[in-house]
Amino acid sequence: MLDLTYETPKPKVIAGAKQDWELVIGLEVHAQVSSNAKLFSGASTKFGAEPNSNVAFVDAGMPGMLPVINEECVAQAVRTGLGLKAEINLYSAFDRKNYFYPDLPQGYQISQLYHPIVGEGEVLVELGSGVARTVRIERIHLEQDAGKSIHDMDPTMSFVDLNRTGVALMEIVSMPDIRGPEEAAAYVSKLRQIMRYLGTCDGNMQNGSMRADVNVSICAPGQYEKYQATGDFSHLGTRCEIKNMNSLRFIQQAIEVEAKRQIAIVEAGGKVDQETRLYDPDKGETRSMRSKEEAHDYRYFPDPDLLPLEIEQAWVDDLAAHLPELPDEKRLRFMEDFGLSDYDSSVLTADTADAAYFEEVAKGRDGKMAANWVINELFGRLKKDDDKAITESPVSPAQLGGIIDLIASDAISGKIAKDLFEIVYTEGGDPAEIVEARGMKQVTDTGAIEAALDEIIAANPAQVEKAQANPKLAGWFVGQVMKATGGKANPKAVNELVAKKLGG
Amino acid sequence: MSIDITTAARVAKLARIAVPQDDLPKLADELNGIIAFMEQLNEVDVDGVEPMTSVTPQRLTRREDVVTDGSQQEAVLKNAPDAREGFFAVPKVVE
Amino acid sequence: MTDLNTFGIADARDALRKGDVTSLELTEACLGAIETSGALNAFVHNTPEIARTQAAAADARIKAGDAPDMCGIPLGIKDLFCTKGVPGQAASRILEGFKPEYESTITQQLWDAGSVMLGKLNMDEFAMGSSNETSVYGDAVNPWKVDDRKLTPGGSSGGSAAAVAADLCMAATGTDTGGSIRQPAAFAGITGLKPTYGRCSRWGVVAFASSLDQAGPMTKSVRDAAIMLGAMAGHDAKDSTSAELAVPDFEAALTGDIRGKKIGIPKEYRMEGMPQEIEQLWADGTAMLKDAGAEIVDITLPHTKYALPAYYVVAPAEASSNLARYDGVRFGHRAKIGQGDGITEMYEKTRAEGFGPEVQRRVMIGTYVLSAGFYDAYYNRARKVRSLIKKDFEDVFAQGVDAILTPATPSAAFGLGEMAEADPVQMYLNDVFTVTVNLAGLPGIAVPVGLDKQGLPLGLQLIGRPWEEGDLLNTAYALEQAAGFVAKPAKWW
Repeated sequence: MLDLTYETPKPKVIAGAKQDWELVIGLEVHAQVSSNAKLFSGASTKFGAEPNSNVAFVDAGMPGMLPVINEECVAQAVRTGLGLKAEINLYSAFDRKNYFYPDLPQGYQISQLYHPIVGEGEVLVELGSGVARTVRIERIHLEQDAGKSIHDMDPTMSFVDLNRTGVALMEIVSMPDIRGPEEAAAYVSKLRQIMRYLGTCDGNMQNGSMRADVNVSICAPGQYEKYQATGDFSHLGTRCEIKNMNSLRFIQQAIEVEAKRQIAIVEAGGKVDQETRLYDPDKGETRSMRSKEEAHDYRYFPDPDLLPLEIEQAWVDDLAAHLPELPDEKRLRFMEDFGLSDYDSSVLTADTADAAYFEEVAKGRDGKMAANWVINELFGRLKKDDDKAITESPVSPAQLGGIIDLIASDAISGKIAKDLFEIVYTEGGDPAEIVEARGMKQVTDTGAIEAALDEIIAANPAQVEKAQANPKLAGWFVGQVMKATGGKANPKAVNELVAKKLGG
Repeated sequence: MSIDITTAARVAKLARIAVPQDDLPKLADELNGIIAFMEQLNEVDVDGVEPMTSVTPQRLTRREDVVTDGSQQEAVLKNAPDAREGFFAVPKVVE
Repeated sequence: MTDLNTFGIADARDALRKGDVTSLELTEACLGAIETSGALNAFVHNTPEIARTQAAAADARIKAGDAPDMCGIPLGIKDLFCTKGVPGQAASRILEGFKPEYESTITQQLWDAGSVMLGKLNMDEFAMGSSNETSVYGDAVNPWKVDDRKLTPGGSSGGSAAAVAADLCMAATGTDTGGSIRQPAAFAGITGLKPTYGRCSRWGVVAFASSLDQAGPMTKSVRDAAIMLGAMAGHDAKDSTSAELAVPDFEAALTGDIRGKKIGIPKEYRMEGMPQEIEQLWADGTAMLKDAGAEIVDITLPHTKYALPAYYVVAPAEASSNLARYDGVRFGHRAKIGQGDGITEMYEKTRAEGFGPEVQRRVMIGTYVLSAGFYDAYYNRARKVRSLIKKDFEDVFAQGVDAILTPATPSAAFGLGEMAEADPVQMYLNDVFTVTVNLAGLPGIAVPVGLDKQGLPLGLQLIGRPWEEGDLLNTAYALEQAAGFVAKPAKWW
């Protein structure tokens, strides 16, 4: 396999009034586990149901109700851990995080504070060609999602829907290895890509399937390296946690804004308070949630309704053996097997459906040509067509492959191929049949081409003279022949004939 | 360790139980009595002792990933002090 | 013929099978007894219609000939069990009006076996108490009486104990977190069994302290306890702490032969200031087992002294979290709130109004011991002490001891209200002989052995090896046979 070495990206530097500052960022990503039923109940996880319809009595915190863990959620967390090259903890345990909130029916969230299911791992985050950051994962733990409180349906009341209550989440905690807003966004996209490949989280940020808490601090250049060398956090600035971000754009904006706020405080001689903040995209600022924080003392303790979760190495091995190919592996394989550039390979492996489509087109054909057609023609056309997904493409891989075959066999020219693609896209049909039926076949019969050329030469003596003096102008004759043959003449044959007739 | 009135008030707040200001000294006293009783535990040498995780060790029961529950909105809301339009209604939560 | 309500389970079963009585007759006898038992305040929600319907169905089943042992037996159910459509409040104001939409696994198993539900029984609020004086329904009263004082039936399963002792039902369910089956059983002169933790499902039973709670039978004899446990026990996939073990025939274990069994007498249970009568009872019980052929050995359970403080860390800590769900949002009581009050005020007022003083106290203690900075000092330390207490028992069992004999309570039943002014810790001392068993997850049984000089019942406790309830019941059976306790409270109510 190809072994790529990457250059480490430069940290983002923000110029303050007095000096330059660097950013240090760590993320806690909450990813909803893809499963049919909830983490500890048999209620459905489906999004968008009638309020309080996907609710078991245990989800509603009814007296005497007890949790029983969904094994698939455990498997999904393990798969995610394996996908992040992380340590899988055969022993983990569930703790209760106690606080009062109307959408938290039990009065506690079942989580894993002391013994998470997944330990340390890492993610390679590409930031342009040949540049990538390795972000270390500290841990992944399983926990319950809360319900939803709706505050704008009534002037004096809040309304509570428990459908989401108890849905399994994976909290993926990174080390403070991220050094800029773009890196943070790229990290989240990479996690999303990996989880989509694994089928462990659908990554839908609009529906809240993925949310992030972002820890941001600032430090003077050189301080981060000291932290790295010693592991001593005191070299870094005080961090603030921006809660509940559900868009890549907002994550970037919030980091930028928060860093600038901290710089202003520090440069004015002040001290940053460690606290939880919220990003307000309308105002473009973060604000403190301190009042909420002070009242909190989560009183974690092991959940006595659940025994420790012990899993067997053989089970983990089995999950590992059935893990799908991961994005990094696929990207390298596409480069190797199909001779693609790093860039094209990245584009084609961004999404599993894209990659699968491409592979079907490329099978037994020229990989580069297939990549070119998928990326430039198909993706471009889908984008224009209401940003359709590859799964909605009117052109199947077999149809696109058929078009490429017609080019490869010199049956049609590249230009005609684009017309043909448009016909297949809008009208459907078998490309070879369309070419046949509509007379789109390339003219390779030199007799016919010669006749057309002779006619043009005879009609344009002045042009002939010019072209003989300056061979670069011969292209005009090629164009005229193509025009006369309705674009069907084989361009190579035309070129040869023009050169022969004009200059010999 | 002893519980003063401020601590008693903080504990009551954490437990979300309204305790009138006048009752806090008595509460603090009672809690102190109980805490003092617990202090006996400090006499025990617990070095190297594992805290108990489950009193009858066994393999944690698992369920299959099958939807077997839910679709019972009426039953879920039936005992609610205030339910409207399929939701539980509570006094406004100010974030 | 004796009054039918005085039957125990075994007698009733045999009479039903012979066709001497019908379940409807037994049920009517109990319903009649309940009707005139207001002074005991044992039954707090009566379900005569359910009872008659179930009894009729049971009679049909018995007639058909394949009825299980518990078929047709009228039972009282502790208010801590959720029974579908029947008010269930855990004796708390905070669950005012609550009618569960589900049936606890244990009661479901009992109904599946054909048993008859007479109603719900009084108890201490959320099972927190040792005298049934913390109930929203008011005190349950012990049918035993020696002067003009009303006595406690013990707690928390005080209503269950009073109802069984007063023959309002054939038997009752109880739950035991620190002694809540065994102490009231001893106070009321009946048999109470706390099974091994995990033997009976906790699903649908309102939780007090999850790692300690265990339901069990409260009955008129050891045989009845064996029969009823058989119907209550069993693995439940809905309770992650329920044991995946088959349920043996406990009644078949009752041979009465305990020759060669090793009975341990723990020296640490000889508490300072223990009443002479209790000491005597213990010595008598020891002699009875010895006479029955058991080998008596002195044993040591060195961490016994720390069981009560460990219990009063672990149980309130778990309770503080288990009771967080009573917040006025989805069920039960919600306080009226004032203008401008928000969700926090709603919580605080609801919980202040809904929980009684003892529950509030324990929730706050639990909150305190789990709060930032104290977790290791209290909760984690208590869990370690718990490991040591369990190990004490394991060591003794490893030496070949089959069962341990101890007093069940430090005194006979005391007067209602007598402890009102006492320090809460004084009340906690009632559990001194029983909590170790919950901390170690072991089975324990209280058996009535004699009367004190006032004429009040006293019980002894036997502690068995985990999962060996059959063997424990057999030892208890031998003790019961030897003690020949037949006294009944004189009816005054």
